[in-house]
Amino acid sequence: MKRAKAAGGRTLGSYLTGYVLALVLTAVPFGIAATGALSMQSALIAIGASAIVQVLVHLRYFLHLGLRSTPQERLLAIAFTAVLILIMIGGSLWIMLNLYYRMWA
Amino acid sequence: MDMRILGRLTAADALPFYSWVAVGGAVVTVLGLLTIVGAITFLRKWRYVWTEWMTSLDHKRIGIMYVMLALVMLVRGFVDAIMMRAQQAVALNSTGYLPPEHFDQIFSSHGTIMIFFMAMPFLTGLINIIVPQQIGARDVAFPFMNSVSLWLTAAGAGLVLISLVVGRFSTAGWTGYPPYSGAEYNPGVGVDYWIWAIQVSGIGTTLSGINFIVTILKRRAPGMKLMRMPLFCWTTLATSILMIFAFPALTVTTALLALDRIFDMHFFTNAGGGNLMNYINLFWIWGHPEVYILILPAFGIYSSVVSTFAAKRLFGYKSLVYATMAIALLSFTVWLHHFFTMGAGAGVNAFFGIATMVIAVPTGVKVFDWLMTLFRGRITFHPSMLWALGFIVTFVIGGMTGVLLALPPADYLMHNSTFLVAHFHNMLIPGALFGYLAGYMFWFPKAFGFTLDERWGKGAFWCWIIGFYLAFMPLYVLGFMGMARRMERYEISAWQPFLLIAALGAVVILAGITCLVIQLVVSIRKRNEKRDLTGDPWDGRTLEWLTSSPPAPYNFAVLPQVRDIDALHDMKRHGSVYVRPKQYEDILLPINTGAGVLIGGLAFVFGFSAVWHIWWVAAAALLAILATAAARSFRDKTEFCLTGSKVQEIENRHFRDLAREGVL
Amino acid sequence: MSPVGDDTALLPHDEAYDERAFGFWLYLMSDAIIFALLFATYQIMAGDIAGGPQGSDLFSLPHTFGETLLLLTSSLTFGLASLALDAGNRRRVLAWLGVTFVLGLGFLAMEIHEFHGMITRGAGPDRSGFLSAFFTLVSTHGLHVSAGLVFILVMTVQVVVKGLSRPVSSRLERLGLFWHFLDIVWIGIFSVVYLPGILR
Ligand code: HEM
Ligand SMILES: [Cu+2]
Repeated sequence: MKRAKAAGGRTLGSYLTGYVLALVLTAVPFGIAATGALSMQSALIAIGASAIVQVLVHLRYFLHLGLRSTPQERLLAIAFTAVLILIMIGGSLWIMLNLYYRMWA
Repeated sequence: MDMRILGRLTAADALPFYSWVAVGGAVVTVLGLLTIVGAITFLRKWRYVWTEWMTSLDHKRIGIMYVMLALVMLVRGFVDAIMMRAQQAVALNSTGYLPPEHFDQIFSSHGTIMIFFMAMPFLTGLINIIVPQQIGARDVAFPFMNSVSLWLTAAGAGLVLISLVVGRFSTAGWTGYPPYSGAEYNPGVGVDYWIWAIQVSGIGTTLSGINFIVTILKRRAPGMKLMRMPLFCWTTLATSILMIFAFPALTVTTALLALDRIFDMHFFTNAGGGNLMNYINLFWIWGHPEVYILILPAFGIYSSVVSTFAAKRLFGYKSLVYATMAIALLSFTVWLHHFFTMGAGAGVNAFFGIATMVIAVPTGVKVFDWLMTLFRGRITFHPSMLWALGFIVTFVIGGMTGVLLALPPADYLMHNSTFLVAHFHNMLIPGALFGYLAGYMFWFPKAFGFTLDERWGKGAFWCWIIGFYLAFMPLYVLGFMGMARRMERYEISAWQPFLLIAALGAVVILAGITCLVIQLVVSIRKRNEKRDLTGDPWDGRTLEWLTSSPPAPYNFAVLPQVRDIDALHDMKRHGSVYVRPKQYEDILLPINTGAGVLIGGLAFVFGFSAVWHIWWVAAAALLAILATAAARSFRDKTEFCLTGSKVQEIENRHFRDLAREGVL
Repeated sequence: MSPVGDDTALLPHDEAYDERAFGFWLYLMSDAIIFALLFATYQIMAGDIAGGPQGSDLFSLPHTFGETLLLLTSSLTFGLASLALDAGNRRRVLAWLGVTFVLGLGFLAMEIHEFHGMITRGAGPDRSGFLSAFFTLVSTHGLHVSAGLVFILVMTVQVVVKGLSRPVSSRLERLGLFWHFLDIVWIGIFSVVYLPGILR
């Protein structure tokens, strides 16, 4: 069917895989926060890492992003967005924390 | 929150009786509006204006309306400018003729108008008219959204204009820095006018950016590879990318300021854990890319003009493309140079200073490319070419002062001085505005079918450039003499001679604007002599000159086949221009709709009532916008068919004209 | 151009749907920047509590976990609606859209409940810079979810009235992008706002 082809190969399997992975990647950071099992720093790192992996899981299994299947211009757009988000968040934090440090530390 | 029916709108607050000059401004604004409305009514043209223009989804007409808005706002912004120049010329040891509060409104509205409601609509308009034609397309990707963008921009401009009549405008400068712009120090409506005007038009700009990107990436004619696009299309692509990625920062900044003002939040307040430095950080995340949004399209226009009137292919096409795209990315990495003096450490300042100097490199590459294109060309001194030449020379000065300001230690001396004012006008007037004016004179015949008078055009150029030097070179000197920006009076008599020269410069620029008006009037009067029936008055090199002037609604009856960078020039060499098919195909075109005007009008109502805290109206307007959008989404069939035989009729006329001019 | 009646109006050419999808994608990218800057602002202001309550005084782990489950499950159910769309099964599309709507509404109700509780305890957005940033970031996401719910309603009506025609299914695709996008933003919110807030 024409429509199924246009949809980029989404299947029940892919949605369920994504759902289960996302559940796991949610349970892990919530578990860490609930139990306080890790030190502050390692907890933050673990939470951040799970978040990044979960974002990738969503992109892959819910938005069906694939290096080959997705139109190139969309991949370029999202890659560019990712770079800009890094620049803007990273730059803002760098600047503002530097000011903070110089004023109050 | 204010729950009164009319919010805080009361006659005593609303009317501009605080200064006679302001009353005069209000009267002129109202009379101007009445004149336009009266003239259309008197000529019984409302139906024509509504069906052929306001509701039009044709990208060329939308573009023309954008440029008309820009020209009106240019005049308004200039009136502000010359009033400031007059004030500073006389305000030595005296209060001059403007009360401080009013002077502050004027520099705020001047900056806001020139950036958001003169430059932005001007470039968006030129892009709209030309880019689809240059890539060989019949329309933009989203014609309806295009109309929405236009009317949102117009709604924003309307908010700035009405602030002169009902209430007052911001006194916080075009940057609106807190805490001064916060509710504590600025409880009135001025800052709110500024916020909502920007917010409403900013959404329009984001939508335009999306529209142009999709158009350029998806609607190119067969054979029009990216690396064959005219440079103006490349700079449009870069500008549009900046629009959709930078404008969110402005949206966030002004939204947070509005939340502080309306809901007593503490983003940028002094007390309550606010952090006003973050405002400045967020504002310039948008602000620096914005200057490239303004200037890149002008670079594209200069490229078109220089290569056409030097009758040569653009030198270093690829380097120009790479330079453009490099600037687009790098422009997101330099924003801190607007606040070196805020107190960041040496490491931070050094990083952003160096990044700023790096961005000068691709810009320098471009200047050399234009010079090499001119070198040994057969140069025609059309007014557009004069704007381009004036630009190249003057822009180099501005660029060098920019590199100077990129050095943090030097910036500590010059920050917020008139040196800075001179620097950015040096970039914005010869850099951006001259480009738009070059484009206006270059493409006017494409839009209207007759050329603009060249004598008055040259007059305008000479007045503008001489006036520019007179008005702004003294400001560089004054900056070194320690004069701060935004001063409504001063005590240092050594400054006054320079301020008098600057005022004289503004008068010469006034002569330039007058020349522009006369040029338009004279050309319309003599339009029959100046008629261009070929659609190609300057021996053009790119596809917009292949269409008739003004172009048919579909631009191209047959989509052109592109084989080279200067596609039309290439066709001319191979004798493949103006070939007619045996039979014309049917063409789908968008059906006009008033929904765009409606959304713009509602956005204006929303903005106005948000300014005056008339919350029930604001909420109703917002709901009505949503309802309009939802209702519009039910409409699947948005196109109509222009049959092949109709196309044939239109084309027959065009080819008769071509034959009469002897081009065939 | 001359006015045209509905009877002569036509569907756009086929490529138009592809262009719309790409245009919508670009809008999402632009929106992502809005969220990124709100996240940055939140992070900058996280310590500016001005003597008021901080995250660990206010946030409840089970509550946030519940919200997360609702939103995550709604992403799955929207996916099931998309599969039904692929199969051309109108009734199943409507059913899954309905389930998604209910889950989204549940999420929203929980969020409003949380906000209400905080405000009545004197921890509203005007209490401190930290709370301003918190409320703004989280409710911007909430407003997006509300817009998504309205969008779902509109599309439900369209599916009922028009069936799974080409224009309708192309709109459903875009709604799907939007819905999944909101789930991604929520991952950021619980990972940057709630969990570190509770740990602090
Ligand atoms: C046409 C001739 C122009 C003249 C004579 C002129 C004059 C001025 C003057 C006197 C000021 C105030 C300087 C001060 O603070 O001491 C100013 C500010 C400014 N101008 Fe212009 N200007 C002109 C054109 C433009 C254009 C074309 C643009 C932008 C595209 C522009 C953008 C600005 C901005 C952004 C400010 C800063 C406003 C603020 O301080 O908040 N100007 N201009
Ligand atoms: Cu800059």
